[in-house]
Amino acid sequence: MVKITVAGLSIWYDEQTAIKNLSLQVSEKEILGIIGPSNSGKTSFLRTLNRLNELTSNCKTEGEIQLDGKSIFKEIDLLSLRKLVGIVFALPLPLPLSIYDNIAYGPRLRGEKNKSKLDGIVEKSLKASYLFDEVKDRLNTSAFNLSGGQQQRLCISRTLANEPEIILYDEPCSGLDPISTAKVEEAMRDLKKNYTQILVTNNTKQAARVADRTAFFLMGELVEIGDTTKMFTSPSDKRTDDYIAGRFG
Amino acid sequence: MKNLFEFIVEKAIFLSGAASIIFVVLIFIFLLKEGLALFGEVNFFAFLFGQNWYPISDPPQFGILPLIMGSVFVTFGAIVIAVPLGLAAAIYISEVAPHSIRGFLKSGIELLAAIPSIVLGFIGIIFLAPLLKNIFHLGSGLTALAGSIMLAFMALPTIVSIIEDAIVSVPRSYKEGALALGATHWQAIYRVTIPAAASGILAAVMLGIGRVVGETMAVLMITGNAAIMPTSLLQPVRTLTATVAAEMGEAVSGSSHYYSLFAIGIVLFIISFIINIFADIFLHRSKAMKRRKK
Repeated sequence: MVKITVAGLSIWYDEQTAIKNLSLQVSEKEILGIIGPSNSGKTSFLRTLNRLNELTSNCKTEGEIQLDGKSIFKEIDLLSLRKLVGIVFALPLPLPLSIYDNIAYGPRLRGEKNKSKLDGIVEKSLKASYLFDEVKDRLNTSAFNLSGGQQQRLCISRTLANEPEIILYDEPCSGLDPISTAKVEEAMRDLKKNYTQILVTNNTKQAARVADRTAFFLMGELVEIGDTTKMFTSPSDKRTDDYIAGRFG
Repeated sequence: MKNLFEFIVEKAIFLSGAASIIFVVLIFIFLLKEGLALFGEVNFFAFLFGQNWYPISDPPQFGILPLIMGSVFVTFGAIVIAVPLGLAAAIYISEVAPHSIRGFLKSGIELLAAIPSIVLGFIGIIFLAPLLKNIFHLGSGLTALAGSIMLAFMALPTIVSIIEDAIVSVPRSYKEGALALGATHWQAIYRVTIPAAASGILAAVMLGIGRVVGETMAVLMITGNAAIMPTSLLQPVRTLTATVAAEMGEAVSGSSHYYSLFAIGIVLFIISFIINIFADIFLHRSKAMKRRKK
């Protein structure tokens, strides 16, 4: 089933084009990997999916994105969109609050005050990102005391606590060591049961490890999108082959 | 030859650097020398907690509690007015205002800092005091409240620019993270940006207090100058600073009255020293956060 439909999307920063006439579809409960060199528009695309790009004042967007057949620009209210489409940033950035409050932040914004319900949400979200056992005894300490890998999984938990349908990852492991990376990837694979996920990564091997399908962006254009195994063994475009093989980028 | 030059330059720079500390120490010593002489004749506690300031009666009484309370009332009133205003202004400037208005507002607020306090005193006497008199049906509008309002304006530029600095140095990603979780702009400011800037905001409050406690001219002109224990903001009061300014000229050099004014100076010095230390601690914390952002 198609979850997200992108049609004719273009993004500019002032005069500079970040994305040119992009069209693609994301299926429900798949992990779509997006690879490509820097400045290929991967992050701009991702941040448009929950309209965070609009915070950049010189950014202009054209085209249509639909979530379950509804336009995210016209038919879905901005705040509900951001609840439905969660994002995990490149650098793990907890809010300056305790571990517990970081996760309870989203539900509280939506007016959840019931302590036992919040406890339940926090525990469930932490378990889903495999963090619960590591932090269960110190939920009320500052989130800054966690290691980088733990902070990133905390950010995933925080996103999950919002009960999104889609999770976006913007190079989530770029600052993490291999062991933490493996844990984050494990969490992603596990989350596939319930969520549609889009993973922007500079690490082509990471896309190969976790993505069901992979898209290759270059200079703001979608070069190729398809089954990950096929893309990494016999890509149909020579540029994809060159990039994956490490001949440029 | 070259080494000698290096030596001279190095020592000259060192001396300039040390000068400010030396001056502070010298000033304190000078104050102590002149002020402590008082306590040969007057009990220390009678000075600090005495309720009557009659320096030229016979026998004289040197209780500065009414003066301390005068300073406290005026300062408290000024901070209650200036902090919410300053916080709101800083949030507007740093988070809400469009770029074009931002620069305009900032220079406007800095201009407020450039107004001589004596001018604010004029405005207080000519405009504010009669207004308060009519509003509250007082005998005279020259009250602690008048002083508070004028001093609030004086403290505002300090408060706004330090809070604004603190807000701007909150990592953008905090706010973005909150927005990404579905917070509205205001919720992100209120729940994330302001708590993250809290130490900077406290520092701004402390420095604002320091500015108000030390101010002399405007309070001398508009607080009514009655050295009595205040019970409300609508009474005339007299602050520590105004007392020194008003009486220094007529105090006989070497008399107890003269020494008592220096003792007031010591009290003021200690108050602003403590305030500065707190402000410094809070500023330090907010700088530590700025570093974490990188």
